[in-house]
Amino acid sequence: MAVEKFTSLRDMSAALAAGEYSSVDLTNAHLDDIEQRNTNTNSFITIAREHALNQAQRADEQRAKGDATPLTGIPIAHKDIFCTEGLLTTCGSKMLSNFHAPYNATVVDRLNAAGVVTVGKTNMDEFAMGSSNETSFFGPVANPWDRSLVPGGSSGGSAAAVADGLVACATGTDTGGSIRQPAALCGVTGLKPTYGRISRYGMIAFASSLDQAGPMTRSAEDTGLMLSYMAGFDPRDSTSANREDEWLRAIAHQGIPKLDQPLTIGLPKEYFDNLANAQIIEAAQAELAKNGHKFKEVSLPHTKAAIPTYYVLASAEASTNLSRYDGVRYGHRCENPTSLQDLYERSRNEGFGEEVKRRILTGTYTLSVGYFDAYYIKAQKIRRLIANDFSKAFEEVDLLLAPTCPTPAFSLNEHAKDPIAMYQQDLYTVPTSLAGLPALSVPCGFVNNLPIGMQLIGPAFREDTILCVAAQFQQATDWHKRHPGESA
Amino acid sequence: MTDIDNSNINITHLARLGRLAIAESNHANTTQELENIIAMIDAMQSVNTDGIEPLSHPLDSEQLLRADVVSESVSRETFQKDAPRTEDGYYLVPRVVD
Repeated sequence: MAVEKFTSLRDMSAALAAGEYSSVDLTNAHLDDIEQRNTNTNSFITIAREHALNQAQRADEQRAKGDATPLTGIPIAHKDIFCTEGLLTTCGSKMLSNFHAPYNATVVDRLNAAGVVTVGKTNMDEFAMGSSNETSFFGPVANPWDRSLVPGGSSGGSAAAVADGLVACATGTDTGGSIRQPAALCGVTGLKPTYGRISRYGMIAFASSLDQAGPMTRSAEDTGLMLSYMAGFDPRDSTSANREDEWLRAIAHQGIPKLDQPLTIGLPKEYFDNLANAQIIEAAQAELAKNGHKFKEVSLPHTKAAIPTYYVLASAEASTNLSRYDGVRYGHRCENPTSLQDLYERSRNEGFGEEVKRRILTGTYTLSVGYFDAYYIKAQKIRRLIANDFSKAFEEVDLLLAPTCPTPAFSLNEHAKDPIAMYQQDLYTVPTSLAGLPALSVPCGFVNNLPIGMQLIGPAFREDTILCVAAQFQQATDWHKRHPGESA
Repeated sequence: MTDIDNSNINITHLARLGRLAIAESNHANTTQELENIIAMIDAMQSVNTDGIEPLSHPLDSEQLLRADVVSESVSRETFQKDAPRTEDGYYLVPRVVD
């Protein structure tokens, strides 16, 4: 049985349903390929052969009983930030390099219930802090389009694995761009849903008011399919949104619906000031215009304040969330501690990498006595202004079109020594995170054989709007079907 | 606009608050990096936020609370499997009280 590489989730699902191959066949083919080619990119921290084959066996049994979902028996990978019972969950850190989660994240449980097969856990920036995947304790990930370049981050392993054809789907998480930026740099489709759409339970916390899980796949169609199984209310997450969106359930079986009318698409002018490679986004705009969509320039006046605001809020929340790593209950513990304070300080110093420590110190500083109002409260106020900018724009337009990143993939070590230059990678993704809005990165062209992504941003809980427009765009273009190794 | 003096970051104090043992040899370097980050962050001080309420939840929603009833049981043994040192169901740490 030959499993063609770069097959979509939908096509695999149809082939499984038609009995062209079993899930065990499909899973074996994926595992063989991953074991053979993972060293090219270092996308996986854990390859879970035994676990996957057990799940595949069960999926085949479910199907034989006539009890299959569109995802039953399909191999996927989880970012190593999701707790998985029975598999290592490292979060890309030495601190958790030997951590076996005692329970599953809700995302993992939901996808398991749909019958997916987890073939492994993907590499990531340590505790999801980074935009290049260079901060991982398990080594950097290479971009499949050019192995001297980074895949982006923090969901760099997931993006590279999908781009390289190792899996058709991997989960990711996005705090300030960690799904969208690597999706853009690797030429895959990645969705950060509305804050609260997908449960954060069992997803190792970085910045709780921003963290959101989402799917990374090779098309909007597959992204919609994954979203419909990942999303849903979870009483275990106090910020989970309790909603019933008909379209969300319908997508699983009926696919992304066709748009029945043209929309008004906003172009936030602040995102196009001095934009390199603007011609790529303009070409995508021209393609979308063929469907009758109208374009309108809008202004998001507080865009420039988003990066400083984000680094105050995200670092403050990170310093609080990461206080749980104390060397006592789980995680790395130093040798021969002389006192409790020494145990805490040395365990944390040895267990955390440089970027994580930098953010803990930044957060500790801005939360400390005398600075709290000037930094944390000030940033929360600007957060409201940024959210208001988007609300105002959505009074005039149905969605926004913007670049995902300022540049295509950059070289390993290019920004590693300059944290502030690295932080600028998130220029176009951070504002949406602060406002909690859904945003999708879609491949829309190439520069020097490197993929470029465009970002579609929707109003809260209107992932359907951006998925419909992306699906329409992908019907007419083949950027998302290009693979590394082919000439672009 | 608020005037903030961050010219003298006390890295020893911050590291202690953050429970991080940063080697003395790295103090100067770490202080410099932090000063650069704080300088970048300070760009936001020029935004006028008069009369604006802070936003803590991105969608301004209320946090949900569940009923205060036991819904899951915790297995001490399972949770302690990941602990670096335990004895008789307790977590072991260096002596705190002499």
